[in-house]
Amino acid sequence: MSAILRATGLKAFYGPVEALHGVDFEVEDGCVTALLGANGAGKTTTLRAVSAMIRREGVLEYAGRPLNGRGPEDVARLGVAHVPDGRGTFTDLTVDENLRLGAYVRRDRRKLKTDFERVFGYFPRLAERIKQQAGTLSGGEQQMLAIARALLSAPRLLLLDEPSFGLAPLVVSEIFRILRAINQNDGVSILLVEQNASLALDLATRAYLLETGRVVVGGEASTILANDSVRRAYLGY
Amino acid sequence: MVELQHQLASGLALGGVYAITALALVMIFQATQLLNFAQGEMAMFSTYIAWTLINNGWSFWSAFAATLALSFAGGVAIQRLIVRPFAHAPVLASVIIFIGLSFIFNALAGFFFGYSVQTFDSPFDGPPWFGNKFMSASESGSVVVSVAVLALVFAFFRFTPLGLAMRAAAQNPTSARLVGVRVGWMLALGWGLAAAIGAVAGMMAAPIVYLDPNMMGGILLYAFAGAVLGGIDNPWGAVLGGFLVGVVENLLGAYVVGEEVKLSVALVVIIAVLVAKPSGLFGRRIVARV
Repeated sequence: MSAILRATGLKAFYGPVEALHGVDFEVEDGCVTALLGANGAGKTTTLRAVSAMIRREGVLEYAGRPLNGRGPEDVARLGVAHVPDGRGTFTDLTVDENLRLGAYVRRDRRKLKTDFERVFGYFPRLAERIKQQAGTLSGGEQQMLAIARALLSAPRLLLLDEPSFGLAPLVVSEIFRILRAINQNDGVSILLVEQNASLALDLATRAYLLETGRVVVGGEASTILANDSVRRAYLGY
Repeated sequence: MVELQHQLASGLALGGVYAITALALVMIFQATQLLNFAQGEMAMFSTYIAWTLINNGWSFWSAFAATLALSFAGGVAIQRLIVRPFAHAPVLASVIIFIGLSFIFNALAGFFFGYSVQTFDSPFDGPPWFGNKFMSASESGSVVVSVAVLALVFAFFRFTPLGLAMRAAAQNPTSARLVGVRVGWMLALGWGLAAAIGAVAGMMAAPIVYLDPNMMGGILLYAFAGAVLGGIDNPWGAVLGGFLVGVVENLLGAYVVGEEVKLSVALVVIIAVLVAKPSGLFGRRIVARV
């Protein structure tokens, strides 16, 4: 299977500080790839580097095209939807307006109506709150809104930054059930950043373990699960 | 009673000018958290462009349309060439840029068009509309144009994808970029729109206050007062504040303190309101959950 995203020697910087020190990884087309690691390992930084939110060096290839030299707007327009940490909600706007912003880059407006219906099928709660100010939604609902907004851009690759963060276990399992459906039914590839390693390895087919800005282990999710040091450090058994 | 109605009507006519100027200020403030002190002088310069076109035989409304287009282009150019390079500079640097711009436009207007006071005819003359006794045709026309501009601007922001993208860019630039909005251009577009709106204010004010390079000084102050009074983060509030300031100013001038000190008294009233309600009469408390 071919890679939809391939990073080779990817470095990223906050100001003058190098936060990623040459990372290699691949996201296979149509699959879920997980980035694991502790706080400060560089998971969020990797996603930010992909969507050009921060300065980066090295090679980034998306669907066979280089992403180098493109800004965040251009990356989004190529079909990479980033659900950032903190969810990136437009808190003053309504749920409906947030969703319509997701579709802002779309050219094929004819399919928009069915896409809205499909998204409301995944997240019926958002349909109920369509006129509500997005900042008044609960954390779980805002996470759903962020994923729904990303889906409405009709992405080929979804970058998800800790979708489980700060949410109740029931909400988390619902969101991960929906993510699996999105990946399997719609064929959207996913690059998932998660602290909850067992959750991530359950969904992902491949995974990479980051430590202080470097990949220390990478491979099939089952292999990573079987890796003793990963198990002890991140799964706790 | 007719006298009171007449004073109210004049207040509304000028209030409309304050309201659209306030809206132009709020638009840029919401996107950048900065007040454009050059807004008034830009509007004055636009009005001189319209005046020049009319003197060259253009009809009022074709000059009006051309001035809007030129002002829009000028606003975009100012943002791209002058304001944008200072986007990450300290606030004070931007303030100095805006003040400098206002002096530059004032001097340019004096240089090109002279400092003497010119008349600027209202496009609305003839008998009062609907046969009313208390509002002249030019006042009615000015109010109608102000309200039409406000309605168009609100409809643009409320109902068009581009308007929505501009709001998103102003509120959360990082997220806006991630959904593909070209935030830099949205800011430039905002400046263009603000310049065009200001041009309307100038062309509606000039028949009342006459045309000279300092015509917008007082108006900008009243518009700023209206915006702060209504709530600088709320376009509706700023617009209502603008109308309110226009009416209060006029009534104070006519009945209470006379023309000379009405500006001071109007500002005292505004300060009193702000002491009681610091976010302005209609300032929003934004609700957010994390």
